[in-house]
Amino acid sequence: MTDVARNSAISGFLPNGLKRYELPLGFAAIIIAGVLLAQIWPGATRWPAEWVIPAEQWVTNYINWLKRDLYIFGVAFTDITRFFGSMLKLPIKWAEYLLFRGMKPLGLGPLPWVAVTAGVTLLAHRLGGIRLALLCLISCLYLSFFHLWKDSMKTMAVVLVAVPLSTIIGLVLGIWVTRSRLAAKIITPIFDLMQATPHMAYLAPVAALYAAGSVTALIATVIFAMPPMARCTILGLQTVPSDILESGQMSGCTPRQLLWKVALPSSKRTLMLGLNQVVMQTLAMVVIASIAGQPGLGHKLLYSLQQLKIGLAIEQGIAITLLAIMLDRLTQAYAYRDVDHLAATKSWFERNWYWVAFAVVLVGSYIAAEFFKEVRILPRKATFSFQKEMSQLIRDFNIIAYPILNPMKEWMTTYVFLNIRDFFLWLPWPVFVGVIALGAWRLGRWPVMWLCIALCASFIVTGFWVETMQTTYLVLISGIFCVLIGVPVGVWCSRSERVASITMSICDTLQTFPSFIYLIPAIMLFNVSIFSNVIAIIPYATVPAIRFTYLGLKNIAPVTIEAAKMNGANSWQRLWKVELPIAIPEIMLGLNQTIMMALAMTAITALIGSSDLGQAVVRSISTQNYGRGILAGFFIAALGIIADRLIQSWASKRKKELGFEG
Amino acid sequence: MLKSTMKFATVLAMGVALPFSAMAAAESDDPIIIVQNNWTSQLVLSYVVGKVLEGEGYTVEYAPSDSQLQFAAIGRGDMHFQVEAWEGSMKKAFEDAVANDGMIDAGTHDALTREEWWIPDYVLETCPGAEEWKGLDACAEQFATAETAPKGRFVGPPADWGKNYADRVKALEMNFAAINVGQAATLWAELQSAYDQKKPVVLFNWTPNFIESKFKGRFVNFPEPEPACFEDASWGPNPNATGDCGAPHGGWLKKAAWPGLADKYPNAWGIMQKVNFSNAQIAAAALMVDVDGLEAEEAADKWIVDNADVISSWKN
Repeated sequence: MTDVARNSAISGFLPNGLKRYELPLGFAAIIIAGVLLAQIWPGATRWPAEWVIPAEQWVTNYINWLKRDLYIFGVAFTDITRFFGSMLKLPIKWAEYLLFRGMKPLGLGPLPWVAVTAGVTLLAHRLGGIRLALLCLISCLYLSFFHLWKDSMKTMAVVLVAVPLSTIIGLVLGIWVTRSRLAAKIITPIFDLMQATPHMAYLAPVAALYAAGSVTALIATVIFAMPPMARCTILGLQTVPSDILESGQMSGCTPRQLLWKVALPSSKRTLMLGLNQVVMQTLAMVVIASIAGQPGLGHKLLYSLQQLKIGLAIEQGIAITLLAIMLDRLTQAYAYRDVDHLAATKSWFERNWYWVAFAVVLVGSYIAAEFFKEVRILPRKATFSFQKEMSQLIRDFNIIAYPILNPMKEWMTTYVFLNIRDFFLWLPWPVFVGVIALGAWRLGRWPVMWLCIALCASFIVTGFWVETMQTTYLVLISGIFCVLIGVPVGVWCSRSERVASITMSICDTLQTFPSFIYLIPAIMLFNVSIFSNVIAIIPYATVPAIRFTYLGLKNIAPVTIEAAKMNGANSWQRLWKVELPIAIPEIMLGLNQTIMMALAMTAITALIGSSDLGQAVVRSISTQNYGRGILAGFFIAALGIIADRLIQSWASKRKKELGFEG
Repeated sequence: MLKSTMKFATVLAMGVALPFSAMAAAESDDPIIIVQNNWTSQLVLSYVVGKVLEGEGYTVEYAPSDSQLQFAAIGRGDMHFQVEAWEGSMKKAFEDAVANDGMIDAGTHDALTREEWWIPDYVLETCPGAEEWKGLDACAEQFATAETAPKGRFVGPPADWGKNYADRVKALEMNFAAINVGQAATLWAELQSAYDQKKPVVLFNWTPNFIESKFKGRFVNFPEPEPACFEDASWGPNPNATGDCGAPHGGWLKKAAWPGLADKYPNAWGIMQKVNFSNAQIAAAALMVDVDGLEAEEAADKWIVDNADVISSWKN
């Protein structure tokens, strides 16, 4: 901070000829001052231990106080939260009885897999025609014939509650934000924080206040999956064209009618995008939720990894992805289903044959299940698995690839990674803060600068500097790789529709396929090392770089490209001189998302072994050191927010310079 | 209109009432909740105990849980019984829960556990003395990687397992760097990779564990710990440091329980207190899953048949 003051003082004295070098000179001044300061005062490298604010202890004590000592009107606070938890447990229990426990007093078993499969397929056919029906049928058969049915149903019991709950809460909060300025002020930053904080950070405190088990898993899932819904609601309602609203007002709508009958339906597209994100995020939480005691696919997947049964883990991971895809496509199809204008002319049977068929299969399968248990759930003998072959394949690949890849890893580690790490660990904090502050001031002036300084200060004064730098360099390295891979792939997609459609479906899969599974092959190939961490982050965090590059290039007005062609630009010139410069703000937003995802992944790569903020988050779950976990999670979010503000400011500035609206 | 509304209301009421009645009935024979973790022997043994209790007419449910978070939950009664609590990795969380959360120590198994540095047998070909810590230290550079060179690399347990190997390395002045993995699965991936390449590796392992049935190897011997090792610097190979010794050869394996069990299910509580496994029994249980490829639940059924006499000794 003092450095910045000094810098503006310096620039004030600069002769006019040097004015345009103001920025480089400013950076140089900060760096020199910071490094010199570190020579005379060791506190500039490591914040002095006696000055550390014990925020970590405060938070832990606070949670323990909530947990043990807080009484509201004589009722223990945990009793209140647990009562609330037991209310949430009710719908989960219903789903459980239906899907896999069965209803004992009625003498009914759980829904037979034949009935569920038939039901889902019929529904899919009704909503999305034969293609969707086939997709759902194959997915259900996969779950059943790979002996994953019961665990899938255990997972679905929570998902079926979490998705509607997140959607409704998100919708309500979103509407509230558009209605009340105060709500917008309070809630929007909370959303930023909720999404940027790695999901593992909430597990420990939630588990402290609620019973470990499916309720905790449900709450953690909702916290993670709800914000996109709320954001999309806000965006959708704010972008309803004013003429639609006016015509609603003119036809005499009450405010309530205006919201429910006019504004919400006309923003359906954005709302559905929100729902899609809710579904994806909910399924992405399945594995993490199992750490908090949620039975089902996630629990089994972690167990498989624990036993080195990678093939089995892959089969379970595919099941999670299939559930996500089915749910997503079904909800999307429901939203865009055709209205049957001929319904009134059809007979009752024509209109309702789906129901009749489902009822017949349902009753039939229940009766059949009494005689043949294969109808209720396939016994293991009737199922297959390629897990042994897959595990063997991965081992064989490892045996062949290790001697080739390992020297590469050693080289990268010795000459690149270790140097970058050592640089970040050597870096005196005044330099780090000063450079960020000056950059922020330049891009977004005072508000952005003060925010960035405050966020940086938060991890310095609480004694998390070293861990934060470990995270920073890991994310920096991964981010570079993601851009180097993602941008060319995005460009390639923009050149060929076919490549684009294949790549986009790979991207969907990468985002829901549990990232835990990548970890084990990564470790086999590259051992517990910085390199494995980077490799595990890349598949997940490259996705936004690809998507945004593709989008950015696609959104360029055809006229611009025509103009470039007319001026005789060849394909390369067109890309370098015209398209990329125009698309760069979009690409930078992709980079922004890449950084967010890489930050989120640091909590997962902590399972490989690292010593950064992600490790602090993961370790806090089992050691119940709530303070450390929450703060580390917050600092990961803080890094994300700093990057976000800098990039957003830059992108909007650049867009204005390019003549687009900021 | 009225008629269809009535019909709708009836259907709705039935739909709401049905699951409720189902639930009420299921809750009246309150299930005993047994904790499950994510390693084989624990899964099989928890099914064994669960099935024995079911045989006595109890309803049993299984709840997955983290091996450290579980104890506080058992103390509160969210979960009721844990069949495997390890001294090496869970001692602190276990004792904390007994002291603060009201959890009960439900007795110790006959089985003894050991957690120590471990090497695959092929390491002895290039480093013949590796079975003793001094011999291992002599060829430390064989275990070096880019990040640890010139020191050897010891792949240690997850950092929260309450073991500080960096301290031991320092106390014994060994030429090793201890790195921590994030989870146990990481250890096995490291081992598998090294084993397939016949590459020197030294890592943290314990017994009883499924690793014994898949990989050939042995523990590295360190000085057997005595209380003096941690109090008296002059004790042990390094006269200037405390902590210059290994982990105990025979650590305990305990059971943990919710205090309410005794009142609520006195008969089940009697059985749980008597539940007792030996090393051989645990190894047999894990082997059925890890080598023979049974599911944990099937293995439990088989184990119960094979060990009928053991189970009948728990019941009286």
